[in-house]
Amino acid sequence: MTRHVVATVDQIPPGQRLLVTLAGREIGIFNIAGEYFAVGNRCPHNGASLCKGRVVGLVEASEPGSYQFSRRGEFVRCPWHGWEFDLRTGKSRCEPDRTKVRSYDLKVEPGGALTDDTLRAETFSVSVEQQYVVVEI
Amino acid sequence: MTMMDVERSQSAKYRLQVIDCDIHPAMTSWKEIHPYLEKRWIDHLAVYGSHLRHAFSEALSHPRMSPDAARVDAYPEEGGPPGSSLDLLRKQHLDPNGVEIGMLIPLRWNPGSQRNLDLGVALTRAMNTWQVERWIRQEPRLRASVLVAQEDTEGAVAEIDARGGDPNFTQILLLPRTDEPLGRRRYWPIFEAAVRNNLPITIHVGGTGGHPSTAGGWSSYYMEEHHMVAQAMQAVLASLVFEGVFERFPTLRIVIMEGGLGWIPSFTARMDKHWNRLRSEVPQVKRPPSEYVREQVWFTTQPMEEPGSSAALIDLFDRIGWDRLLFATDYPHWDFDDPRTAFKANLTEAQRHQLLYGNARTFYGFDQ
Repeated sequence: MTRHVVATVDQIPPGQRLLVTLAGREIGIFNIAGEYFAVGNRCPHNGASLCKGRVVGLVEASEPGSYQFSRRGEFVRCPWHGWEFDLRTGKSRCEPDRTKVRSYDLKVEPGGALTDDTLRAETFSVSVEQQYVVVEI
Repeated sequence: MTMMDVERSQSAKYRLQVIDCDIHPAMTSWKEIHPYLEKRWIDHLAVYGSHLRHAFSEALSHPRMSPDAARVDAYPEEGGPPGSSLDLLRKQHLDPNGVEIGMLIPLRWNPGSQRNLDLGVALTRAMNTWQVERWIRQEPRLRASVLVAQEDTEGAVAEIDARGGDPNFTQILLLPRTDEPLGRRRYWPIFEAAVRNNLPITIHVGGTGGHPSTAGGWSSYYMEEHHMVAQAMQAVLASLVFEGVFERFPTLRIVIMEGGLGWIPSFTARMDKHWNRLRSEVPQVKRPPSEYVREQVWFTTQPMEEPGSSAALIDLFDRIGWDRLLFATDYPHWDFDDPRTAFKANLTEAQRHQLLYGNARTFYGFDQ
């Protein structure tokens, strides 16, 4: 596993996303109300760039005519065919076991913890005062 | 190895070569056709507007979950609706997807179901010229479709004859929701003109003919309507077969566009079954209905069926006939099929090439 420092936390505000390429893989980093999640950018259905999709919540109905809306901003909806993926798990809403996007381990760490040698090869320097988003792949 | 991995490794072996039979061009503004529209009709539209045969004239019959029924990533940076930018069409679709030839299928404004027949004919003339001037002159990979106002047969025939022989036009475009079932004799002069000009008739889902969008009436949800595109195509095919159109015009070629595929074998088998029993009602139908369909009807592939197994999809293609299938993407609409991933089946390279390219090349005569 290699750790990649991808951004400072304030570069990805709540509700926003950042597309990065790590070791040749396109990965989308999403901020859901202060929590960060990383998923692959390729929709497992037909290959669209998932990170171009809208971030949506979950609409459910306990019975016809009775609607509930929850988990605002916790799903990304494919820009082509509309598949909804849970950003926390990468699983699709309709086929969670069969159709899922790769999700990656992600941590938020203070700059002071990132100053070991393995991380100095990143293209930007690490300052100790900031909080950083770190992806492991 | 998952199905996706199989597809990727297969498609990586050779360069994509595609003929896309369904690309939807849009206008940044309706003024784009003003140069090709008589002053009289520009004034008419400004004063009276466009009047189709169902309510909310310029709206789709059901709101889509995606504006413009479009891919979310297909909006041009310079503004305008998806499908209005030639630059984006090239960068996002024609170039990366190996599209050597792309067929334009203009859908908006539905000239074929304008209540004012003369306006409908004038719009078809303008939009046909617009396809050539706005698109093909700038991008020689594209081809136009002859839009016709089918409820005014005389006007439709005049427009077909005017465009016949022009290599920019590869087919005649109709929508299945006509005033009467398409095989009725009032439409026969259109079929005659198609044969005379050696142009196939392509029937793309949609239309605003005023009839409910499903056989059960107006549905509540887009998802219902979206499934029922197959019903409209079944009605068209049954009408063409049983009215005797294929018998009367044995060289007429029909393309069913975006109607789905799974229903075709069962529908033609059922027509055969009933013809065996009820033939005397329709003596003009001299052969089993499936034979006419097999010989005179082609089908575009998008939206591709996803039956869940490679064998099921290959069996479906076997039953329809591999040479009857023409690849289409529906760019820039939301249910776009990517040529790399659309066929979730273990196809040979020869099969894949036939579907993506070879069949359309032969059908439209691009090999001559």
